[in-house]
Amino acid sequence: MSELKLNPYFGQYGGMFVPQLLVPALKQLEQAYVDALQDPAFHAEFQQLLTEYAGRPTPLTLCRNISPNPLVKIYLKREDLLHGGAHKTNQVLGQALLTKRMGKQEVIAETGAGQHGVATALACALLGLKCRIYMGAKDIERQQPNVFRMKLMGATVIPVTSGSGTLKDAVNEAMRDWSATYDTTHYMLGTAAGPHPFPTIVRDFQKMIGEEAKQQILKAEGKLPDAVIACVGGGSNAIGIFADFIAEEGVKLIGVEPGGKGLDTHQHGAALSTGSYGILHGAYTAIMQTNDGQIEESYSISAGLDYPAVGPQHTHLQQTGRAEYVAINDDEALAAFQQLAKSEGIIPALESSHALAYALKLAEQATEPTVLLVNLSGRGDKDLAHVHSVLAGGQL
Amino acid sequence: MKRYQQMFDRLSREGRGAFVPFVTIGDPTPELSFDIIKTLIDAGADALELGIAFSDPIADGPTIQGANIRALAAGTTPAISFDIIARIRQYHATIPIGLLLYSNLVMARGLDNFYAQAASAGVDSVLIADVPLHESKLFRQSAIKHDIAPIFIVPPNVDDDDLRQIASYGRGYTYLLSRAGVTGTETAAAMPTSELIARIRSYNPAPPLLGFGISTPAHVQNAIKSGAAGAISGSAIVKLIEQYQQQPAELLAQLTQFVSSMKAAT
Repeated sequence: MSELKLNPYFGQYGGMFVPQLLVPALKQLEQAYVDALQDPAFHAEFQQLLTEYAGRPTPLTLCRNISPNPLVKIYLKREDLLHGGAHKTNQVLGQALLTKRMGKQEVIAETGAGQHGVATALACALLGLKCRIYMGAKDIERQQPNVFRMKLMGATVIPVTSGSGTLKDAVNEAMRDWSATYDTTHYMLGTAAGPHPFPTIVRDFQKMIGEEAKQQILKAEGKLPDAVIACVGGGSNAIGIFADFIAEEGVKLIGVEPGGKGLDTHQHGAALSTGSYGILHGAYTAIMQTNDGQIEESYSISAGLDYPAVGPQHTHLQQTGRAEYVAINDDEALAAFQQLAKSEGIIPALESSHALAYALKLAEQATEPTVLLVNLSGRGDKDLAHVHSVLAGGQL
Repeated sequence: MKRYQQMFDRLSREGRGAFVPFVTIGDPTPELSFDIIKTLIDAGADALELGIAFSDPIADGPTIQGANIRALAAGTTPAISFDIIARIRQYHATIPIGLLLYSNLVMARGLDNFYAQAASAGVDSVLIADVPLHESKLFRQSAIKHDIAPIFIVPPNVDDDDLRQIASYGRGYTYLLSRAGVTGTETAAAMPTSELIARIRSYNPAPPLLGFGISTPAHVQNAIKSGAAGAISGSAIVKLIEQYQQQPAELLAQLTQFVSSMKAAT
């Protein structure tokens, strides 16, 4: 078979560890992507969808009230204002166009919080693709509004009960489906993880977040931020806002993983903070596993971060020291969620609340003027019922 | 590794094909699993294909996922699995034993360490479900170093370049997929045309065994008639384990009957 067109590795991480059967489908996708990059019509159509349909560019908001320290300015990149309610819409529009270029009419996707499912459903409705979305049974329960949104837009939502009934198991099930249907169906993976070429394609279709934010903050501040902060589950919003800053050595890149009930409890999803390295879902990367190599179940209050691995480029950025990865616990994220609502009138997604919580911590410690850029990757409407029940005394 | 060659030599003298049953080691419990595998041998299996249970078996359908879950719930670890293989090897010195598993179990032990342990337990071949040809270099080198046959999968959509590489890197046997998809009897085997098998054989790979969706003697017969060197059946056997796990005596009787009827079709 033909050689790969793009490097499937980030340093030693990444690769294409899938059944032989799926290799032609991944190579076809890689080829379609490489061809699309050279086609001005593709760029024009993607750009048009992003501006006229999804609402790009998204604003950059300087917080008026939330910073605990007068020396610290906190800017929010408002992906919560994107159509669909999160950054996920960016890259599904790109992948939906690739689906059509490959002559495929159907789409499979996995979803955790339901944000990628909603994004997939809307892109498929818009572009006339038929879609089915795998979602963990446990996630379906905690993300009802998103399930209804997907169905309204014509998607079929398939509950996954195997394993832990969360995002990891939804990915397993989507890959199983794809191995029987790749001839007619595109697997629209939702994050910058999984086998090559997904980590590269998803990053490239999300990197406008960082490109826009860079121009916006230069305009507002006349200089680059001191740090860029984003939450990391699989890592697509983080790599999207990091990508254009990687070459800017003076800018700290900080990924915030879900600390769940604490890194010492085993109930978390912080693969980079405490995990070791191995292969899950097609990539060699940081994963949560037992000594024998069995994948551990992750945990987070936020379904979108509840994943026991991370995209391979993040593992590489951590290894090279270019980015730093920290963890924020459930209760810290929940506090930041409420604080942003009260002080700025913005209800963030629980996922994004992790990034904000860490920014607030940094702000408290700052002793000199500091500019922080936080990726507010999604809005919190989908989390209202869950947070409401937690605050009313239910379980996290 | 040479046990496969000896088996295929014997079968070719007999003018027959191979029947190879698959089970997950430790399903439903490590103790009963040993008796199950012994029964497969006694009932006429020509070789064994054994899985080491993994938490996330993405190439497997619901039946073999269930086997993985039962084995893990019963406390089966890779170490226990190697112990069981070693006991099987003691029980039967010449039957080829193949391992089928996922890459992270190999990575977690370290490649060389893993293949060394497999060799010392008496394993003849290793097939890693999620390591395709172009990621296989380190795995196959370590396998060969420990005299273990690296097994490669030939999917129905295989092209000539891949066939050439599979013929050059593979040893023992070649795993020919009857169809796309995951393991299971939900979708029956699609018989490859004799032209496809002839095309595959023209590259002179290790003898091809047909797997995925093989659940009846007729499937076995047709596989061999199309030019395969034999057939592998997994989910049909695992279904019997699932069904009779609480009645060990009945389970072993059912397995004996199933394996004999499949072997009779070779």
